[in-house]
Amino acid sequence: MELALDITVTVNGTEVRRRVEARQHLVDFLRDELGLTGSHIGCEHGVCGACTVRVNGEIVRGCLMLAVQADGCRVDTVEGLSDSKELARLQKAFHEKNALQCGFCTPGMLMAAQDLVSQKKRFSREEIREHISGNYCRCTGYQAIVDAIDEVVNG
Amino acid sequence: MKAPSFAYARPQSLEETFDLLDRHGEGARLLAGGQSLIPSLNMRLSAPEVLVDINALPGMAEIRQDRGVLRIGALVRHTQIEKSEEVAKHAPLLAQAVRHVAHPAIRNRGTIGGSLALADPAAEYPACMVAMDATIVLAGRGGERLVKAVDFFKGLFETDRQPGEVLVAVEIPAQLKDERSVFLELTRRHGDYAIVGLAAFKGQETRFAFLNVGPKPFLARGAASKASVDEAKQALRAELNPTADLYNSAATKMHLAGVLMDRAWNSLST
Repeated sequence: MELALDITVTVNGTEVRRRVEARQHLVDFLRDELGLTGSHIGCEHGVCGACTVRVNGEIVRGCLMLAVQADGCRVDTVEGLSDSKELARLQKAFHEKNALQCGFCTPGMLMAAQDLVSQKKRFSREEIREHISGNYCRCTGYQAIVDAIDEVVNG
Repeated sequence: MKAPSFAYARPQSLEETFDLLDRHGEGARLLAGGQSLIPSLNMRLSAPEVLVDINALPGMAEIRQDRGVLRIGALVRHTQIEKSEEVAKHAPLLAQAVRHVAHPAIRNRGTIGGSLALADPAAEYPACMVAMDATIVLAGRGGERLVKAVDFFKGLFETDRQPGEVLVAVEIPAQLKDERSVFLELTRRHGDYAIVGLAAFKGQETRFAFLNVGPKPFLARGAASKASVDEAKQALRAELNPTADLYNSAATKMHLAGVLMDRAWNSLST
């Protein structure tokens, strides 16, 4: 039985091949192997949402998926979405509305918020709150984060 | 924390999965969506020798309705259930319950089969399956074995799934026009585990299945046999013996179970 396996993953549009330990989480792979430290590690058991990344277009917890499971998948991180300008409006709104203080949760918040923005529909504040309910922020009290997302999805 | 070291296999067929389960016995764990298994590995509550990732098994991520039965494959993810018109139409109880399952990023990965096989007493689906009188489909070398949900859940994280078997689907009787169902739960915050939850179904038979009041879904048979809500609540007080958790006493849970019974009764009779 293999404790390490070869994987091929398309990360932010670039195909990468690596040999990874079966036990390695996707977010550790992104951070430690590829140097993509934008996805943060908070709780490491799926509660805080700081490690939110996109796999085949859907947001997932980077700490609750193994890197080997991403073999053959397309993975997008906050770096990729930032470089492609997909997050530009959200980043501007977060800045203007003071939607971050320490910034630790922000990459995960942006990934979760963009999941709403990309649906190109209007959402109530209640729906926005529900959508980011799996992302913890210990500084802002969420009001400003909801304001920022509200402005982008409904503004 | 980081998970302990383990080996990993991704079988492409059930046969290959059975081989792996035979070869590794208790050292093997099946990995579906991983939204409960991986946290337990990360916290080192579990240390399997090998993870058998069943995500590549063909034909297990489908929802289909045929002759009054809705069959949901074990690898169907919560998001798929949430978006499914078939589920909304034929199993509206499940469509209501899925909105209480964790958060979007978790719902994109977690599977119905994983949730049922884990049998967490606080999970929504096991109680729903009991309320809907669903049948769990288990595959083994000898073929498929069907087990009624009420018999499948045996205790705390304990089911009737035998070593070497894979939970491949669940079959739910499609809800008829004159049948009704409602799912309710009380939580401190949205997406948290329920303090108490209730999956209620009213057809020829009425079934109230409570979640997180004991080690497995609790079917309140006494309450279901009553003609009025007051009698039902009285019967519930006699038959239910909820277990306290870290935050809620048995008395609180008993009270809240009665609150849900009130709400469910109203909802089912209007």
